[in-house]
Order: sequence, then C-alpha cells, then structure tokens
Amino acid sequence: MSVLMILAAIAVLAIAAYFLARQRALASTNGNPRLLHSLPLYYGWYGTIAVLLPSLAALALWLIVQPMVIEARISQNLPASLIADASKRELTMADVRRVAGGLDTAVAMGTMSEDEARQVRTESTNVRDKLAAVGVALGSEVSKEVLSAAQDYRELASWGAAGRTALVIVLAVLGLFWGVTRAKADFRARNRVEQVVLGLLIAASSIAILTTVGILWSMISETFDFFSKYPIQDFFFSLTWSPNFRGGSDLGILPLIWGTLYITVVSMLVSVPIGLFAAIYLAEYASKPVRAWVKPLIEVIAGIPTVVFGIFALVTVGPALRDWFAAPLGLGDSGSSVMTAGIVIGILNIPFISSLSDDIINAVPQSLRDGSLGLGATRSETVKQVILPAALPGIVGAILMAASRAIGETMIVVMGAGAAAKLSLNPFEAMTTMTVKIVGQLTGDTDFAAPETLVAFALGMTLFVITLGLNIFALWIVRKYREQYE
Amino acid sequence: MTDLSAAPGFTARPKSSILTASAEMKRRNAAEARFKAYGMIAVAIALATLAIMLFTILRDGVSAFHQARLTFPMELSAEVLDPKGNRNREEMSKVTTVGYQKVLSKALLAELDRQGIAQEGVSDKEIGELISKDAAGELRARVLADPALLGTTITANVLATGRIDGFLKGRVTLETAERDSNISPDQLRLAEKLRDAGLLRSSWNWDFFTNADASDQRPEAAGLGVALLGSAYMMLLVLVMCVPVGVAASIYLEEFAPKNRWTDAIEVNISNLAAVPSIVFGILGLAIFINFAGLPQSSSLVGALVISLMTLPTIIIATRASIRAVPPSIRDAALGVGASKMQTVFHHVLPLAMPGILTGTILGLASALGETAPLLLIGMVAFVDNYPSAPPEGFLDPATALPVQVYSWASRADPAFIERSNGAIIVLLVFLVIMNVGAILLRRRFERRW
Amino acid sequence: MNDMTRTGLETETATAKISARGVQVHYGQNHALKNVSVEILDRAVTAFIGPSGCGKSTFLRCLNRMNDTVASARVSGQILLEGEDIYDPRVDPVQLRARVGMVFQKPNPFPKSIYDNVAYGPKIHGLTRNKAELDAIVEASLRKAALWGEVKDRLDAPGTGLSGGQQQRLCIARAIATGPEVLLMDEPCSALDPIATAQVEELIDELRASFSVVIVTHSMQQAARVSQKTAFFHLGHLVEYGDTGDIFTNPKDPRTEAYITGRIG
Repeated sequence: MSVLMILAAIAVLAIAAYFLARQRALASTNGNPRLLHSLPLYYGWYGTIAVLLPSLAALALWLIVQPMVIEARISQNLPASLIADASKRELTMADVRRVAGGLDTAVAMGTMSEDEARQVRTESTNVRDKLAAVGVALGSEVSKEVLSAAQDYRELASWGAAGRTALVIVLAVLGLFWGVTRAKADFRARNRVEQVVLGLLIAASSIAILTTVGILWSMISETFDFFSKYPIQDFFFSLTWSPNFRGGSDLGILPLIWGTLYITVVSMLVSVPIGLFAAIYLAEYASKPVRAWVKPLIEVIAGIPTVVFGIFALVTVGPALRDWFAAPLGLGDSGSSVMTAGIVIGILNIPFISSLSDDIINAVPQSLRDGSLGLGATRSETVKQVILPAALPGIVGAILMAASRAIGETMIVVMGAGAAAKLSLNPFEAMTTMTVKIVGQLTGDTDFAAPETLVAFALGMTLFVITLGLNIFALWIVRKYREQYE
Repeated sequence: MTDLSAAPGFTARPKSSILTASAEMKRRNAAEARFKAYGMIAVAIALATLAIMLFTILRDGVSAFHQARLTFPMELSAEVLDPKGNRNREEMSKVTTVGYQKVLSKALLAELDRQGIAQEGVSDKEIGELISKDAAGELRARVLADPALLGTTITANVLATGRIDGFLKGRVTLETAERDSNISPDQLRLAEKLRDAGLLRSSWNWDFFTNADASDQRPEAAGLGVALLGSAYMMLLVLVMCVPVGVAASIYLEEFAPKNRWTDAIEVNISNLAAVPSIVFGILGLAIFINFAGLPQSSSLVGALVISLMTLPTIIIATRASIRAVPPSIRDAALGVGASKMQTVFHHVLPLAMPGILTGTILGLASALGETAPLLLIGMVAFVDNYPSAPPEGFLDPATALPVQVYSWASRADPAFIERSNGAIIVLLVFLVIMNVGAILLRRRFERRW
Repeated sequence: MNDMTRTGLETETATAKISARGVQVHYGQNHALKNVSVEILDRAVTAFIGPSGCGKSTFLRCLNRMNDTVASARVSGQILLEGEDIYDPRVDPVQLRARVGMVFQKPNPFPKSIYDNVAYGPKIHGLTRNKAELDAIVEASLRKAALWGEVKDRLDAPGTGLSGGQQQRLCIARAIATGPEVLLMDEPCSALDPIATAQVEELIDELRASFSVVIVTHSMQQAARVSQKTAFFHLGHLVEYGDTGDIFTNPKDPRTEAYITGRIG
C-alpha cells in the first residue's frame, strides 16, 4: 500500500472514530448531553486524536528508519571495493537505488514481469538497455553486484512496505477502539483534547529551535568533514582562493572576507547617511501629508525582491559606473565591481535604516525637543545635540543590523560583484564575497566528498557566526536603549 | 542662597533687537538650512533611485509582452511530411523537426516570390533563419496531433527569430547586426520589407505566460509557465505548512507559555532566525532535505520547506502582534462565563486577531514569493522545460520559481533574455503589488478601535 | 514668602516687559484663546491661573513662540517684547527664545551630564569664548538655581540621575544659563513632591530679582505664594488681571470669585 493510501485509510478511520466516540458518549447518558462532562464534540475529537496520533507517529518513524536499515543491510553484502570510502559508498548506493527504481518503473510499465525483475541477470540481459527503454537512463553498465544489490533492495523495500502498512493500520484501529471505549459520561474529554492541542502548540513553537539546530547541525558536520580534508589554518589564513576540482586547491577565506567587508563598507557609506538623513527629515521636518506619502514610498524599496536589485546592478548601475567613472579614470573596465554591488546593497538598505531610525527618533520623548527648542536651539541643533545622542544606541543597533544584512546579501553580489577572489583596493574592480562562493560551490555538479564543495559549508558557518554575532550585539544594544525610556 | 549679581562670569548678552538677525544668528540659520537640505536630498535620492529602478525595468521589460511573428500561407505537403502516405503517426514521427523546418522556409520563400519581394543578397538559407528554431517543433506537434491537416494549405503564424524580434523592438539595429554572427544587415532590411508587406507583425505574447523555458538559441520561445506554476505550488505549500505552524506557535507564546528557559530560548531563536541570511537557509535545505532526507532536488516541496522556515519568524511576529492587540477584557469576559483558556483563545481571541494574522500572512508570502538565493542551492535554478505534473506528485517534480527564472535569464548571454528577465520582474512585481494592496485593504476594512 | 502689600507697592513702579494686545489663537477649528490683552511686568512674578483647558498654557507658549512647533496653530494679534512685535515676519523665533526662556511641566533634562545640560544653551548661542567662561556661566547658573551645593562634586554625572526636584532646578539652571530676560514656567511644580515644590517656589521668588517670571499653575495657593500679579483665564478669555492680593481677596468678576472659592475648575 502506498503512503498516500495509508494516509487515506487513517483519515477514514479518524472520521469514523469521531462519530463513533461521540455516539457512544451520548448513548452513555441516553442522549442527554447535559449529563456529559464535556461537549459531545470533544469525545469525538478524542477518538480522532486516538487514531491519528499513534499511527502518524509510527508512520513518520518508519519512513525515516526504513531507508537507513535497508542501506545498512545492503552495504553488508556489497564487495569491499565498491564501498571503500564514504564517497564511493555513496555513489554505489545511488546506483543501487537508481537500478531498483528502474526495475520498479519497468514493472509498472509492463515491460518486465515481477518475476523477471527479481531474477534478471547481467549475464543474460543488458539491463541498461532494458531500463533505458522505460526512460531510466543509467550512466554506466550495470555491474553484477549492483544488480543483485538492487534486487535485494527491492525485496527489502517491499517487505518494509508491507510491515509499515500492517503496523500503521493496526495502530490506527487500536487507537479507534481505545478512543471509543473511553467515551463515557464521566470521562474528561475536553481536558484531554486540550492537553493534546497544547502539546501541538508547544511542538509548533519549538520548530524555531529545531530550525536553528538544523542549521547548526547541517553546517557543523560538513564543516568538520571539510577540515579533515583541508587544513584549518590554510582556510583561515591563506591569501589565495583558487578552487580546482582536480585537486590542489587554495581555499583561503581571506580574499572573500575582504571582498565581503569592502562591499559592506561601501554599502554602509550609501545607506547610513541617506537612510539616517531621510529618517531625520521625515521625523523632524516633513509636514504630515509629505510624511504620509514619502514614508510608504521609501518602504516600497524594502518590498522589492533582491533579485530585482541584482538586475538593476547588472543592467543599469554596473555599466553606468564603468562608462562614467571606472573607464574614464582608468580604474578598470568591469561592470561588476565592489562599487556596483556596494551601491545597490546600500540602496536596498536605505528603507531598513530609515524606518528603524524613524521609530527610534520618534521614541525620543517630545519633552526633550521642547526643552531644547525652548532654550532657543534651532531644529538642527536639537537633532544633532539632543535627539541623536539620545537615540544613538538604537541607531547603532539599526546600523549593525543593516551591516549584517549587507554581509549576508546574496543575489546582488552574485549579479553585481563578480566572481574573482581578489585582495585589491580598487573599488571598481570585480571582487567576490562569501555568499557568491557558497552559491558557486554548491550549484551545478557537486561532489560532496571534495573539499571544493565542502568549503561552502565552512563559508556558510563563518557567515552564520558573523551575522548572528552582529545581530545579537545589535539586539542587545537596542534592548538596553528601550529600557532607558521605559 | 548666593548673591546672584556678584556671581562671576554671569554677564548678560549684549542686548539686541529681535527684529534684526545677528551675524551669529545668520550663521546658525545657514547651518539649519543646510541640515534641512541634506534631509531633503536624502529623501530625493531614495525616491529617485526607486523611480529609476522601476523605470529601467519597465523600459527594458514591457517589450517582453509583445513578440514578432511571421504570418504566411503554407501548404503542408503530404509527400514530404508523410512519405508513406498512410497517415500513421508512428511513421510520420520519423520526419524530424529539420524536415518541418525545410517546409516552413520553403513556404516563406514561396510567399516572398508571390508578393514580389526581392531577396537582395539574402540567401534562401538565411531567409529560413528568420523563422525561429522553435517554430518547426511547434508545427510538427500540430501536424502529428491532427494528420488531417496534411495536404491542406494553412496559415502559418510562427515566431520570428529573436534577432528579428529585437529589430522590431529597436534592440537590434543595422550597426549591431554588422558585428553579429547570427544576423546580417541584409536580413534586417528584408525583415523591414516583410513588415511593410504585413508578413511580419508584433503581437501580444500569451506564450510568455504559458511557455516553458527555452534553450539559449531560442529566447523568442522562452516563457514563464513552469516558473509561474512552480511559484504557485511553492506558495500553496508555504501557506499550508507555514501558517498553521506560525499561528500555533504564536498562540502558545502569547497565551500559554510560562516564563521559563525554554520559552526564552524560543523567543531568542525566533528573533535571530529573522536575521539569518537567506543563503544559510539554502544550505540547510541542501544538507537536510536533499542530502539527508533524500527529497528530490529542484522540487517545489523542498523549495517550500526552505521558504517556510524562512517565513515562519515573519508570520510569528505579525501574529503575536495582532494577538497582543486583542484587549484582555475580552479574555476576562470569556473566562468569566466559564470557558476554558483553550476555548477562550480559539473562540474569541483568534477570530478577533484574524484580520491582523491574514495581513501578516499575505505580507510574509509576498516576501517569500521574491526569495531567490536559497532556491539556487536546492537546484531550482536548473533548466526545466517540462511542466511539473498535477499535485500532489507534482510537488516532487523539478520546477523553477519566478525570481529564480529572473536570475537564470539574466545570466544568459543573449540580450533578448535580459528583456525576458525584466518582463518576468514586471510579472513578479504585479503579483507583489496585488498582495500588498490586498493586505492594505484588508487592514483598512477590519481596522478596529477598541 | 511674600508680603503682598510690599510687592504691591513694588510693582507699581515696574515697567512692562511684554505687552500682549488682542491675541487670538486657533488650533485648526478650535478657538483656543480669545482676544487676550495683558501687560507683563519686568522683575516680577506673574501667575496665570484657571481651570484646565482655559488657554493659560497656550498663551504662555505664545510668548516665546513655542506654538510654532504645532503645525495647526494660528496666532493673531500683537505681542510686544520691549516694544518689538515678536510675531513680526523678521523675527527669528530661535533668537527670541534665547531672550524668553522656558521651563516645562515635567522636568526634562537631556540625557547628558549635569554640566552639559547647563552648558547647552550658552554653547548653541555662542555666548562664551573659552572653557573658563563656560565654566563660570555653568557655576553661576547652578548657584542661581540653588543647585550648586548639591551637584558641584558630580557635574559629570547624568542629569537624568537627579531627583525630580533637582531635575527641575537643573532645567531652570539650564534656562537661565542663556541669560534670558523673561522666564516662562509651565506648571513647573506639578510633577514634584511638596518638599521639592517648596524649594522650587523659593527659587522662583529669588529669580524675580533678575528676571521677569511668568508661571502657569493650577494651584491657587502657589499663585498666591509666589506671584505679584495674577491673571485668571476661563474658556479662552482673560477674565481678570491684577495684583495677586486683589485677585484673591477682592475679585471683581464673579467667575474669578467662583473659581477661587472652588465652585468652578
């Protein structure tokens, strides 16, 4: 039975349990709902939960565990030469799965009978051709070992499927009986149902933690793998980045960090003055109607996807900088450059800085403004000497958050910064960042055993640590600032 | 108390009329005017860049919604297309697209002859090149679907090659053609005559919304169909996965969570996840959903899982704000008539918070719709020219997404793809505008004053 | 505290610092102040009293054009500071406010050190040529505000760390550091406890020697204690204006009497 069919069966049982439990509860008081502890529907829900919870949990567990068990069994029977190391083993297992899947397809399309699929031998049949005929293209001839492993695989998988169906359905039926038999007048169905709902709510809110754990786990294990293949000191201190998939790569992060920071600095030079002055103007000078129009318009920038900014960098800003500045000044002839990416990220961050600063400036009490104006200060003196110092921690927090966004920005640098890792001072030269290299090393054909691919995880880890650190610091500053006025 | 007049240093300022500004005052006022001007300049720069960006996108992208097509009568010769003459599809499919291409170019040449348009140094082969390489495949499919067409004369309405399309739109000129190996100035001049003769026309490009992506040589045939479907699948999945979880988490954190370490950990996690670079979520998706869980690459399911995790903090933050906005008096009222805490939340608080939750959800989906970087890592940037099948199996089929399509077109060599890329942006922005306006209207409609 | 008969004699010889003639204020549609004319004397304390919303604070804020910061406020009529119209288009409100200082209802020290709070005004107005002069002004102002003894050892401490009464005296020091001629005080004691109030009241009485002080208060006892002249506002009208002693002992208008005896307000 396929998973979908199992789910359908569980659903039917769950609905049945609802009505049966409800019915039974009502019957226990001769149809008088007022004698029940809870409303009839809670008894129904209790039945439904009793069906769903154990069976779905078992199904999920089975789906996770079965592939692991099967792979372990299969690889025991494979010759040592095919599973010499992790990457080799991974490749062989992929072949086995693919051949097994191909045999399934062939059976499903009727070009092979079930017996044939079980007994076919490489000596007598060209399995590759046979599978190609049903649309499953294999990279190489199928070896004897792989074919027999694939047949074992199918065997185990079909046993597994049968066991899965049996277990899940049995659990569902047991749950139904349990749920229905407990439906009696004095059973506290509502409390039980509410406990389960509360459990679900807790589970949902724990997903945030699971995500963080997932992020860390996904990167830490691969990062360790990387450092076992590439020396850690070279990664952090080498001045060259030149990956080479034939081996002998230099994978120094420094040029990437340099590019990232250079672009971030340029972007901050754009976004901080513009964002801050725009916020000051809107908060302190603009009339109500001007503010009502301009503020949302600036925030429109924040709603535009970054890939659009990428196109803007690639098509408009890059060529314009090249033709008007870089080429006449003799600083280079590349449209992609630190300047291009930096300016466009700066534009992206303007609304971020301006709306955060706007909030912070507005949080400064009006009485301070009055006090300063009442002493005969001009508005600008008030802003510079009273409001900005008072709002400074918050604004620094906003700026740090913007810097963290700039460091982690991907699409704009992919499309506007270039791909060459360089340690150069010329802002009109193409340089590259950590995020560009993460995309570069992880797209296209990847071999998860090669350090050239795994380095992306180390880069991701570095990026994660830097941005997280900046954000925690920024949040801490902002929180301290809030306390000041509460 | 001290004697005031004796205090040192306390000399009154020289008395001046308030009607005349002192030199000092003039300097200060100039500084004030400068400061205010900086603010106005900053606002002007921000608005100007927005305007320039939208302008360049419209300028470069609107033309993607029109496409040059050649229209001419064509006889579908039965001898060529069905050599055995038995209308058997199996046999007919032996004639490849090359055969159909020949038929097409022959028909175009014949039409030129009939209308008396001189070739003027353009070879027969070069005239055939004016027709898109996509046209033959399209015609072949049409004939195979309906063999009865053989032997009749139909009106061919086929895509012109991308360069000709560019010529009609002004992107390709006689000068650029000099340096172009794909088109010659003579071909362009001929195209001009074809246009004057009514054979070549630019018309509304529905195919842009329905076609799948096309290879580098056929920009004229590339469309957004797969990307639109992929994005729709992903948004549907994000809606189904993210909203219930996000709302449930918010309810717990706002209404039930005790003040303890676990709750604190959740709070810290949510605010930090909102700031984790999107590319990191891509790494998560690649490592966990594809490499570990073995879900298929490029599938909308994996894309949706990754985007859901990214959108979750946004939805949780919006939902918590609207739950918090429901006044405690409502809760007290419900608890006062003997409702359980759970009933209070689900019967009273949640319905009242719903408009705010909806608004937050729409805005969260809008930003999810534009997300690109993590999708690159899970393989959605791959060239996909087959539509994913219908759900639920279709969720596992390779697909691409609207913003990813923008990126992959932008990274191709042919400038015709830049036009398509900008066109795709316009489509994307239209969706975003619709969602945002929807959210604003919803907020207005249900705005509540307690 | 004051001996009313003595102050009454004193004010007769004093000159008018500010004369308001026919002042009207509108906030949008709301007619907040109706045809107010009053002479405010130099070197005297003038109190504005009246029920909440009567326009007394509005009128006070007209005197140094703080109403300019409220976009919807429109002021008409004439307010003369030593014969010069402060609403003349040539007048820079910034320059005006240096001469007509203001102290607010809630103590609002800047989040800076005590020293910087007091030095703020002299710095922005460029009153000093060097640090020594600035130090002298800061000390003199703090002494004048009767705060020097309490803070002279911790001038670098933040002004927000002082107690409420100290904060308000700091704000007064800050206002007098710019060397104003008129000090406007908008309910300066309403956020203070009785002891701090007494200290500030005592200070106000001393300030009279050098400034013209205008104080808005909702407390009639306070007006009676510190002021020589009292103006009673009601519903945007200036109902009665005269020597404090006369207003409280012998009001001419029945509305004043009703307010003083506690029947309205």
